Order: sequence, then structure tokens, then C-alpha cells
Amino acid sequence: MSYSASSMRKVFDIPGGVHPPESKEQSLQLPLGPVLLPQRVVLPLSQHIGAPAKAIVAVGEKVRTGQLIAEPQGLFSVGLHASISGTVSAIEDRPIPHTSGMNAECIVIESDGLDEWVALDECEDYTALERDALMAKIRTAGLAGMGGAGFPSAIKLNPRADDNIDTLIINGTECEPYITADDTLMREQADAVIQGTLLLAHLLGDPSTVLIGVEDNKPTAITALKKAAAAIEGQCNIEIVDFPTKYPSGGEKQLIQILTGIEVGSGDIPASLGIVCHNVGTAVAAWEAVRYGRPLISRITTVVGEALDTQRNVEVRIGTLISEVLEQNGFNADEAARLIMGGPMMGFALQDADVPIVKTSNCILAPSKQEMPEPPPAQACIRCGMCAEACPASLLPQQLFWYSQSEDYDRLQAHNLMDCIECGACSFVCPSNIPLVQYYRASKGAIKQAAVDKQKSDRSRERFEFRQARLDKAEAEKEAKRQARKQAAAEAKKLAAEKKEQELLHPTATPVAAEPTAAAPAVVADPEAEKAKLERALSSAQNRLDKARDRVDNAEPERRDKMAARVKEAELKVLDAQNKLEQFNSADSTDPVDAAIARAKAALPPQAKLKSNIETLQKRMTIAADKLSIAKTEGAATVDALQTGLDKMQGKIAKLQQELIDLGPEPALEVTIKAEATPDPAAAAIERAKAKAVANANMSPADKLHDQIASIEKRIAKTTEKVAVARAEGSGTADALQLGLDKMTAKLNKARADLCELEPELQHKSALKDEPASEPDAASAAIAKAKAKAAATATMSPEEKLRDQITSMQTRIVKTTAKVTAARAEGSDITDALQLGLDKMTAKLEKAKSDLAELSN
Amino acid sequence: MRITSPHAHSPGNTGDVMKQVILATIPGLIALTYFFGPGSLINVIMMTAACVGVEAAILKLRRQPLKFYLGDYSAAVTGVLLGLALPPYCPWWLVAIGAISAIGIAKHLYGGIGYNPFNPAMIAYVILLISFPLEMSQWAEPRTVLTESKELIGPFSALSHIWFGTPFTGALDAWTGATPLDTFKQNNSLLVDQLYASDSLFSTARWAGAGWEWVNIGFFAGGIYLLYKKIFTWHAPIAMLAMLFICACIGYDNGSSNSLGSPLFHLLSGGTMLGAFFIITDPVSSAVSNRGRLIFGALAGLLIYLIRSFGNYPDAVAFAVLLMNFAAPFIDYYTVPRTYGHKKAKRATIKQES
Repeated sequence: MSYSASSMRKVFDIPGGVHPPESKEQSLQLPLGPVLLPQRVVLPLSQHIGAPAKAIVAVGEKVRTGQLIAEPQGLFSVGLHASISGTVSAIEDRPIPHTSGMNAECIVIESDGLDEWVALDECEDYTALERDALMAKIRTAGLAGMGGAGFPSAIKLNPRADDNIDTLIINGTECEPYITADDTLMREQADAVIQGTLLLAHLLGDPSTVLIGVEDNKPTAITALKKAAAAIEGQCNIEIVDFPTKYPSGGEKQLIQILTGIEVGSGDIPASLGIVCHNVGTAVAAWEAVRYGRPLISRITTVVGEALDTQRNVEVRIGTLISEVLEQNGFNADEAARLIMGGPMMGFALQDADVPIVKTSNCILAPSKQEMPEPPPAQACIRCGMCAEACPASLLPQQLFWYSQSEDYDRLQAHNLMDCIECGACSFVCPSNIPLVQYYRASKGAIKQAAVDKQKSDRSRERFEFRQARLDKAEAEKEAKRQARKQAAAEAKKLAAEKKEQELLHPTATPVAAEPTAAAPAVVADPEAEKAKLERALSSAQNRLDKARDRVDNAEPERRDKMAARVKEAELKVLDAQNKLEQFNSADSTDPVDAAIARAKAALPPQAKLKSNIETLQKRMTIAADKLSIAKTEGAATVDALQTGLDKMQGKIAKLQQELIDLGPEPALEVTIKAEATPDPAAAAIERAKAKAVANANMSPADKLHDQIASIEKRIAKTTEKVAVARAEGSGTADALQLGLDKMTAKLNKARADLCELEPELQHKSALKDEPASEPDAASAAIAKAKAKAAATATMSPEEKLRDQITSMQTRIVKTTAKVTAARAEGSDITDALQLGLDKMTAKLEKAKSDLAELSN
Repeated sequence: MRITSPHAHSPGNTGDVMKQVILATIPGLIALTYFFGPGSLINVIMMTAACVGVEAAILKLRRQPLKFYLGDYSAAVTGVLLGLALPPYCPWWLVAIGAISAIGIAKHLYGGIGYNPFNPAMIAYVILLISFPLEMSQWAEPRTVLTESKELIGPFSALSHIWFGTPFTGALDAWTGATPLDTFKQNNSLLVDQLYASDSLFSTARWAGAGWEWVNIGFFAGGIYLLYKKIFTWHAPIAMLAMLFICACIGYDNGSSNSLGSPLFHLLSGGTMLGAFFIITDPVSSAVSNRGRLIFGALAGLLIYLIRSFGNYPDAVAFAVLLMNFAAPFIDYYTVPRTYGHKKAKRATIKQES
């Protein structure tokens, strides 16, 4: 620790550091020189840390100097401005100055030689502006840290709210040998440096300490700065602090340590200590952006090295090709050992001189072969420890080297490799000429890669494990289902066998709903769980409903409507859940009657729902009817299926309409079916279902047909009425209704034909067995008959079978003919149907006869 | 290969470092030659040649580039240091065995320069000391104690003795003297003052033993030069000397007959200064951090004192250094320096949490 000669401020020493030959004199012999306006500039979209800018100009577009040609993408990005006026000739990948020698997207502008500027927005007094407006100016000026890293400046000027910035440090250290760009800037534009510092301090809320740190090997710059600062005495307490020259004092962390004695924590940023650090170049660029509205389109660059005839500092437009700059300073390519962008300690060798100057290009170094000879081959490390003495971060470079060689990344991290700032001091002093920094870079890369890989492999392992678990689960479920099905099938088989047995023993036993019972457990794997689930759903729906109701009670009147809608929704959900539970329970009980009851009970949806259901069904019915008519005219085989579907739909619509009427407080206009509104529709439905079930159970097929015919006739009557009304009203449903009517008629005819076919048999049978035709147990009779027939046919020869068939047909035809005649005489509407049945029978008879003839031949 | 930063490099290489070390031994060597005759000088020359010869032969066997590796002067340094440590006028075969032990066994069997865990010169010294105790414990008498009849050994008789075993004529006693450390160790009846007055080794000396005090001062001067040249840091040598000083203070016992020697006696006797500035500063086999080197040096000093005072060998630098070489990696693990931005130093034994 010592005191700064210039400001009586305590300055601290940093550990390590080296004193390479400064080599700064040669570029300071000539004053700051210009570079001719380039014919072409190549502007990389990424000249900073963060997301590359996004081009907002197109190829062929004319641009003016200072015009924004690429806008920042997101906060962590920096915009880009045209550095000359002219035409955008390309937006493509070009070589850029980068350690890896890679290509990246650039905007190329061909100069028109005029250097026409856009109108600049000057600002006499920035203190009159809002902070946001000022920040916007900084942000749109394309400012990135000009010291070398290219960190977006606006971000540093916008510290987090909890970082209380009390120190602003302006870095004029320039500790790298050869480079004098900042030195020149401070000499030539000391006022702008001071003004820029004031501006940055203003933007950071006027921190109590504002320091400009300069190494003591720049006395001219220090004097100039002091003079400029004295001119504005009283405005701000800017301190110009000089300190002993030592590389790498200019590193941000090192400078902070020198000026404040504090270390920035590993992985932290200076702002967390209340410190913000900016380069002098950035301060000047910020000042120019705010005061003159001038975006960052040029910078001072040191062009130095013994391979050049002229070594000096130049003011150069960003995007100018380095080859052009070199040419104007008498570059002797044959003499040059290499071409370096930046200084000899941290700069990188350029593959190609046809890369542009970018915002961070502070130096172009073209050393001769004597100046910077090829590095000699590395000798063995003798662990002399000179590197550790030189390390400003107090690392153990020789150990790091050792572990880098053996790729022991754990130990490297334990030795804090990641805190290496790659200043190159260790490599500089190494007597064995070991390229230590290269080892560290490689290891750092490997560690970062390993971290990324580890993350990746962790993720894919998790994914794999999850998938495995999922597959196992699915497999287990499948297995369980398979087992359940197997069991169900076995039970069904057993049941079927029992049934058969029973049938054989007691032919009168009714095989009702045996199959579904057997199938039920297969469908629901775990009925208890299912039930519990449904119950849970119901209770949670109920809870929500209660809550919603509470809220409505507490709500303000104007919001009640909205709330009421929500309550309604909740009510619906509760109903739905109840419905499901009931259904489940009824399915469980396997009693169709109960199921019907449950359904009837559950079927209490509001009118709107019913109406929409009806409408949907009607629409679907229209479509189906169309299809049916087409099928009919084409004689397609699907007619029957379509017909059934259509009938079902009709039935459903009728039912829904009925329910709607039952429900509706006022009769719906379009519903013309007059039905008596029972006080309890559910009960009525239950009654109906019960009655129907009872009836069905006791009915013979013929009775069923009769019943069906009766019901269809009823429906036809109703529908006819409806059609009439619809026609009268000119409603769109008339056609659909008519279609339905036609179908119903067709169905009726079919039912009648079936009945005709059935009845003669019954009569025949009853004649045989001497039993009344309408015996109560028609089903068992039919079964018995079928069995008998089956038994008979089993013993019969095909010929006999056919004969038998022919006989029966003939009998039926005679009977039916009689019936037809009778019907005709009566003018009954079943005549046609009977006639149809008669025709069919005749056809069948003919066929049987011809078959028999064939057989007997 | 792409050249990456840094592009600048300080002048000098490992060879230059080694040359500085050799240069720094000159004051000590002059003192040795002045007080004990040309024996040590001959030792140094012969041993350096032998070591470089063995190095070249083994490099040839290992098919390594001769010029590149001989250019680092590490074999020469080993030769010089071992030559200084050996008793003057020792037979040639001792030199030969020493060179093979140092370069062949202690260095190249472990992988050559930079990979040897032990100091090659000290390994060779200990091998010789254990294998040939008689030859290794015959030290010449310093010129200050020579009587009228005795002469300092001349170069020719020395060479013929070394190469052909020719006995010294007329100067026999000058060859078979005891060192001050031997004398002090064997004393158990006299007070320190009485011993100093009665024994010519001490009575003719200013502080701590005839000849030896100047030899040590010579090496000390060489060490200061190396410190000034920043060839090594002060930590290990100063820690060693300080520890030796402290121990000697404790064991001095006010100069009684049980005294283990005064601090000055210990600092300026035997191989103290050679060990402090030329042996434990050998970077390859010592601890790497400054803190580690403090510990390394201090423990070496303690061992030197303990072995000198309570061991069977009069001098102890070689054993102490070898024992500390064993401990160096262990010390390294616990003495990683605190890195910039870290609140406290890490232990290198603690692996990163992954």
C-alpha cells in the first residue's frame, strides 16, 4: 500500500504482476492520425458480448453515416450503425477478428464517398433530461465496452436496484505493452473524458467516489486530465489517481483492488460491491452519444510494430479492413512475425488481414521477427514457482499446468482454475517457455464442455429412467387388463356353459343380460377405485359449488351476474359428477332398470343444453337422411344400417324434446308435441322405463313388433302433425321432418312385414302344439322351436331340409295371400307391407325349389 | 500451431536459471578451496563432468534430444552441488557412483527433469554415506589448524590420491581431520567455552569452526545473490534458518557441557547454508506455494537440528531434505494460496462438488 502521487489517495498493491518492456514510445512519436475514408466497410453484427444485433437494412439499401443498420436483440445486445454513407452491398458471413479466426454475419457497405451523415440529435444539457431518455440515448448509440471485452455499456449503467453504487472507476490504465490508444485519447480529448465521466456518474446517481485510474507511465495524460478536471472544479469530485506501472493493473478486478483494496468475489460482479468500472474510451463515446447524438462509428486504434513504417495512433471508422489500415502505415508483410489484434500479452493472432476493425480493436500489432520471435520449444516444468510469483490472482500456475496435463479437472477446479484471468503473466515469466495460458484455456474449455455434457447426460438419464418407469407401468397395466380379460372370458365361458346346460335342462329359463354381466368386470378393472374416484370428483365439485355460492352471497350486486354464471357452471359440474357416479353404480348393479332409473334421475340438464342437443341431433339427422336417400336410390347395402342410425336419432330427439317440455317452464315454440307435464319428470321417466322394461321382458317377438308398430304409428301421426306445422310456419325443419316421416313409414312397413313373417309361424306352431299364438313366454317358445329345428336339421339331409323349407314356405305364402286379400278388402295400410312379404316368400320358395331340383339331379 | 497470447516472453530460460545457481556457488567454493585445498574444486569439476556424461548417456538411451536437454544445465547443477557436498579428495569411484546415483537413479528413473520427487544430489549423497561411511566421513583439515609440519594438500598430490589412491606424504593429518560438528558431538565433558578454547578447530575460528564458518558465509552470500535475482523466494531458506536458530537457542543450555551448540554454531557449521540456499530451494522436489515453502523449510530446519543433536550422523541436511521431499506433496495439498476473490484458501484435497 502506498499513496498515489497525484491525488494523495491510498493505492494498494496487487499480488504478482510482471514488468514486460512497455514499448509505448514508438506509437506516441506522431500525433493522432486519420485513416482515409474506406471504400468499403465490413460491420460484424456481433462486436460485443451478448446476442448479435439484427440487421434492419436490406441489400441495395442506401444508408447514411450514423444510421442504425442493425438493432439490438434483447437487452443483452448492442445496436450497430453505418460508419460510412453508401449502399449495403451484402449481408453475409465474412471473416471477423476473433481468436478462432471464424466467420460471422456482417453488413457490408460500399462507400459513395460522400460521408453524408444522418441528422444528429444534439443535447446541450443532459441534466435536463429524464434518466430514461438518457439511457435510451446510450442504448441506441451502440456502446460496448471499448477496453477489449465489449460488454454492453448500457447494462453496466443500469445496476440492480439493490446494488448501491458508490464508486465509479474510469479505467485509463492501459497496462498492456505497445498500446497507447487510451493514452492518446486522454491526451487529446481530456475534456471529453472528464465530461464523459461526469455523464456516467450522473447516470449512476452521482456516486460519492469517482476515480480515473491511470498508470504512472502516462504523465502527459495525467496532466491533461488534471487540467480538464480543474476546469470544472466544483461540479464533481473526480479524482485522477495514478499508481505504479505493472502488468496487469488494468484488469477490472485488479484495478478495483489497486484503487479500493477490495477484491471482487469469485463469480461476482463489481456492482455487488457498489463499484462500476468503465473504460475511458467508453466514457468519451457515451459523452459524444449524449452531447452530439453521435453513435459509435469510429475509434482510436494503435498501429504499432517494427514491421510498419509508421507507428502511431489513428482514428479509424469501425468496419475498415485492417489490411487497409496497415497499408496506409507502410506494412512490410515479409518482415512481420505475425499480426496481432490487441496487445502482446492478451491480444490474439489474426489469420488474415482482411478483417475489419471492430469496437473493441484497441491495437493492431505487427511485430517484426526479431521483435517477437517464434516461441522456443517448451522445456520441462521445474516447478520453479516464478509463475506463482507472477500470478495476480494468487493461483498456483505450475500445479494448474500439472493437472491440465493429466486432465485432472477436479483438482484444477480445486485450484480455482476458473479464477484465472488469462493475463499471460505466468507464461511470460516461465523459464521453460511453457505456454501455460494455452493449457488453461484448453482445460477451461474442457471443464465447461464437461459441465454441459454432464447436464445433458443427466437430463437424458432422467428421461430414460422416466421412460423406463412409464413403459413398466404401461406393461403392468396391460398385464392386469389381460389377466382381467382372461378371467372374464373364463367366467363368461363358464356362464355360457352353465346357461347351455340350464337351457338344455330347463328350456324355459330366460337368458337375460348374462353376457353384459360377464363383460362388465373386464371393462372396469377396479370398480372400487373407479367409484372412489367418481365420489371424489363429486365431492370436490360440490365443494366448488358451495364456495361459488358463498362468493355470490358476498359479491357486489354488479358482479353477481357473472358469479351466478359461475355457480351455474359449478352446478352443472356437480350434476355431471353425480350422473357419472349413478351411471357407474347402475352399471355395477347390472340391472338395466336401475340403470334407466339412474339415467332418468341424472337426466336433469338445463333447457339450453337440451335444446342444443336437439339441434345437433337434428342437423345430424338431416345429413343421415340425405345419405340414406342416396343409398336407397343407389340400392346400396348400407341402407339398413343408415336407417337404424336414423331411427335411433329420431328416437333420441323425440325423447329430448319430451324432456325439454317436461322441464321447460314455458312451452318451447318449435316443439309441437303436446305432452303432459308431469310434476316430477324424473319419476315419470322412471315409471316409463320400468314399464317398458317389464313389458319388454314379458313380450314375445311378435308382441314386440306389435308394440313397435304401434309406437311407430303414433310417432308417424305426431310427425305428420309436426310436418304440417313446420310447413305452415315455413320452418327449415319441415324437410327433415318429412324425411323422418318417410323413414318411419318405411320402418313401419318393415316391422309389419316382419310381423307377417313371424305370425304365420306362430300360428303354425300353436297349431302344432295346441297352444295359443300369443303365449306369454314367446321367447322360450322361439328358443325351443329353434332348438328343435336345429336338432331336426342336424339329422336331415340337405334335400330333406329343402323340402321342409319349401313346405313351410308354401304354407306361409297361402296364409299371407289370404291376409293380403283381407287387407285389400279392408283397405288397410299394411297391404303393401304384406304384399312385400309375400313377394319375398315367393322368391325364397322359388329359390328353394330350384336348389332342390339341382340336388335331386 | 496457432500462436495465442501471450506473444511476449521474458528473456531467459531454464538454462539461464541453472547457470545463475552455478554462479552463486562460487563464493562457497572459493572458501572451501581456500581452507581445505583444491579437493572440493576437483570434486566439483569431476562430478559435474560425470553427471553431464551420465545425463548424456541416459538421454541417448531414452532417445531424447541431447542438446535440448543438456541445455537446461540441470545435470551440471546437480554435479556442482554433489561435488560441493562430498568430502574433498574422495576417490574417483565415489564420484562415479555418486553421478550414477544422482542422475541415473534419482532423476531419470523417475522420468527426468521436473519429475524427480527427491533431490538427486541428496539421494546420491545418502547412498554414498550409507554405502561408504569411511570414505564419506574423512574430511580435510582446514588451513588454520595446520601445524608447522603440515602443509595444505596441493593439486597434484590430490589428483594422484583421488585417481590412484596414492597416500599423502607429509600432509597426512591435513586429510583426516574431524569437522566441528563431529567434535562438538563427541564432547560431553567440557563447557562450550572450554571446548572452544581447547580445540584448535574452534580456537582458530572467529565464530563457529575453522574454515566452515567462511564456507557457510560464502554460500549465504551466493544465496542472497540468488534471492536478489529472484531465482527462488525467501520462504524456504529463511524458514529453515529461523527454525534452526530457534531450536539452537532452546538447546544451547547456556553453554553447559550438555549444550547442543550455539545458534551461530549451527548456522555456520556443516552444510547449513548450502542446504538452505541450494538444496531445499530445489523447486522440483520442494513445496510449491509460499506458505508451503515456509512449512517445508521450517520442518527441514527442525529435522536438521534433531538429527544433528540426537542422531547418529554428525550432519543432517541430506536426510532432512529427503524426508521433507516425502512430505512436500502433502504440504502442497494443505497450503493452496487464497485466490483473488475467494474468502479463504481451498484445500486441494477437497474435490469439486459435482
